[in-house]
Amino acid sequence: MGILIKNGRVIDPASGTDDRLDIVISENKIKDIAKNLSPASGDEVIDAKGALVLPGLIDIHVHFREPGREDVETIIGGSMVAAKSGFTSVCTMPNTTPVIDNQALVRFIIMEAAKGPINVFPTANISKGGKGEEISEMGELVKGGAVAFTDDGKPVINSILMRRALEYSRMFNVPILSHAEDKLLADEGLMNEGLNSNKLGLSGIPCEAEEVMIARDIILTRLAKGRLHICHVSAAGSVELVRRGKADGISVSCETAPHYFALNDDAVEEHLSMAKMNPPLRSEHDRKEIIRGLKDGTIEVIATDHAPHALFEKMQEMEYAPFGIIGLETAVPLIITELVRNNNFSYIEAFSKVTCNPSRLLNLGRGELKTGALADVVIINPDEKIIVDDKFLISKCKNTPFIGKELFGSIEYTICNGKIVHKRTRA
Amino acid sequence: MNSLNRKDLLDIKSLSSDEIMLICDTAKYFKDVFTRDVKSVPVLRGKTVCTLFYEPSTRTRLSFEMAAKLLSANTINVPVTTSSVVKGESLIDTVRTLEAMKADYIVMRHGASLAPHFLSKNIKASVINGGDGYHSHPTQALLDTYSILEKRGSLKGLHIGIIGDIKHSRVARSDIMAFTKLGARITLCGPSTLLPDEFKQYGVEITYDLDKLLPELDVINMLRIQRERQKGSLFPSIREYNLLYSLTEERFAKCKPDIIVMHPGPMNRGIELDDAVADCPNSIINEQVTNGVAVRMAIFYLLAGGTPLSDADTEGN
Repeated sequence: MGILIKNGRVIDPASGTDDRLDIVISENKIKDIAKNLSPASGDEVIDAKGALVLPGLIDIHVHFREPGREDVETIIGGSMVAAKSGFTSVCTMPNTTPVIDNQALVRFIIMEAAKGPINVFPTANISKGGKGEEISEMGELVKGGAVAFTDDGKPVINSILMRRALEYSRMFNVPILSHAEDKLLADEGLMNEGLNSNKLGLSGIPCEAEEVMIARDIILTRLAKGRLHICHVSAAGSVELVRRGKADGISVSCETAPHYFALNDDAVEEHLSMAKMNPPLRSEHDRKEIIRGLKDGTIEVIATDHAPHALFEKMQEMEYAPFGIIGLETAVPLIITELVRNNNFSYIEAFSKVTCNPSRLLNLGRGELKTGALADVVIINPDEKIIVDDKFLISKCKNTPFIGKELFGSIEYTICNGKIVHKRTRA
Repeated sequence: MNSLNRKDLLDIKSLSSDEIMLICDTAKYFKDVFTRDVKSVPVLRGKTVCTLFYEPSTRTRLSFEMAAKLLSANTINVPVTTSSVVKGESLIDTVRTLEAMKADYIVMRHGASLAPHFLSKNIKASVINGGDGYHSHPTQALLDTYSILEKRGSLKGLHIGIIGDIKHSRVARSDIMAFTKLGARITLCGPSTLLPDEFKQYGVEITYDLDKLLPELDVINMLRIQRERQKGSLFPSIREYNLLYSLTEERFAKCKPDIIVMHPGPMNRGIELDDAVADCPNSIINEQVTNGVAVRMAIFYLLAGGTPLSDADTEGN
């Protein structure tokens, strides 16, 4: 009793495949990919005519808020949102309460996620308690299942600690994910510093607050010979720094989030705290440079920084509302609408950022469609219009500036480890 | 145009130059009303005006309250330091409580920029912005505009200087917008740390040299400097600020003889300007306060759906 996906346009960024092929899934593996396959008896047949068949998507930057803020989101709840959004693997950020800085907590996340529909790969803290003072027990954490280290939500201010983390993590071949922000330079900023912040009278966060820290981290990576990955890059200058770092042979990679290529800081006046995130939405120039960085491969990963916040927290004055927006459910529609339709990305280019690239970066062993691979598959109708409204969003928290937007790309099926974990129901 | 045709007054940006003139023309009528013996008129009879000030203020709150009372409204001041705000109630819940008590107008001052805009999207009552963060202070800009109009008849071609901490000033942002809409030429002047380049994009000039600027000005608006800014290293000391940007008697001597001196208050005497300048005949600082009441009466009147008033209306009364 397997699954046969027929008549779809199979896109596998890892191998560069873009062809009309059928896929047979048996147990939890892909059994065959070829033309004109026939179902075995008992196989469920999915007609994917007109749809894209891709490896299950990977989001390496989500906040599922558990443990600590289960009222906002949980590991299982977040996993269900991910499945509905075409994602079969996510990496949870460790800035929960308590923070994920010991093996027992890493195991807790994995145990909890096992009850949910998709693969959850926890990341753990660089520093004990996320305090930025001493490095955590990285060996133990990796053994427990942590796939990377980060103090995300906060930068590692202490340069010697960052150096040691980059050196020590080398032994386990896992990267350091840097939340790059010079906190003092960012000051009390609420949005991007520029004409818009001036007009609105909101304190600005200059791009330089991000760039200064990226520059430091790249330089430290050269010294430590470690592996550095920069989280949620938002500014043109940041892309340029990573581009230069790579050209210099330093092991640095980076990700951006869909909102940084879909919006600029004009959105703040309309959406107020729903457009408040850290780093903030930048200028149109930055947005264009993010797209250029995605195009030329400087930015090899798209991650959502999915950050649920309770309505009562977001429904406050700009100054008091927390940073962050949800991102899973709008990720594919934004990639298709903004990158593929508006900026001529091929499906292979665009979706490499959420499949094989992040998998390779964190050694997840996923994100490919090939015979024998684990059967994580997503079927997307790229021409279907969706409206981001209360009905569309299943996330418990609906803090997003994309409310009301009409976008392209619906998730028809999500299959994780050979099981259908999401099937779109039409209204 | 027969009224402002809107629920809220949030900023200057959303007002056309015609609407600014309508407010000023209406204010002229109300100034006549409230400077006579029988001051009150029944424009807001039966209506409730709540003033909700999250930042300390004397003149703005009093001015709104006075304006509302002169228009026969019931006025309630919500004391933020003793209400449930102290118990951690959110802004939206506080205001929904006022709404449930059928408040018709909510006049709010808030330290967070855009707080009134956030509120106006979420409640039915009419919101009047009494100053939000660094963003906007529309009634101040309107009373400043009215005060200049009263002296000079028009802003067209006047060279107006705004001096001081421009970066953190909602008054500066609103004045720039109102004055430029009416055709004035504006130069901003202050230390470079308090005068970011972005301001150039509003069609104004910027300079750091007050002494060079002074002889050219028809109007000078001295902003209040906040001592806290010094801690953020935005300028090294009050003393140095004083030496560079204070409107002293010596500096005043370089100004045009008919220059209009303004200050939104409260003044730091001896810091922004000398006593002698604050109290000289060119100073309209107290007149601004009087005009503030008239302008706020006009705003209430127009938001309540009032139609333009002509001089004949005054005479008839």
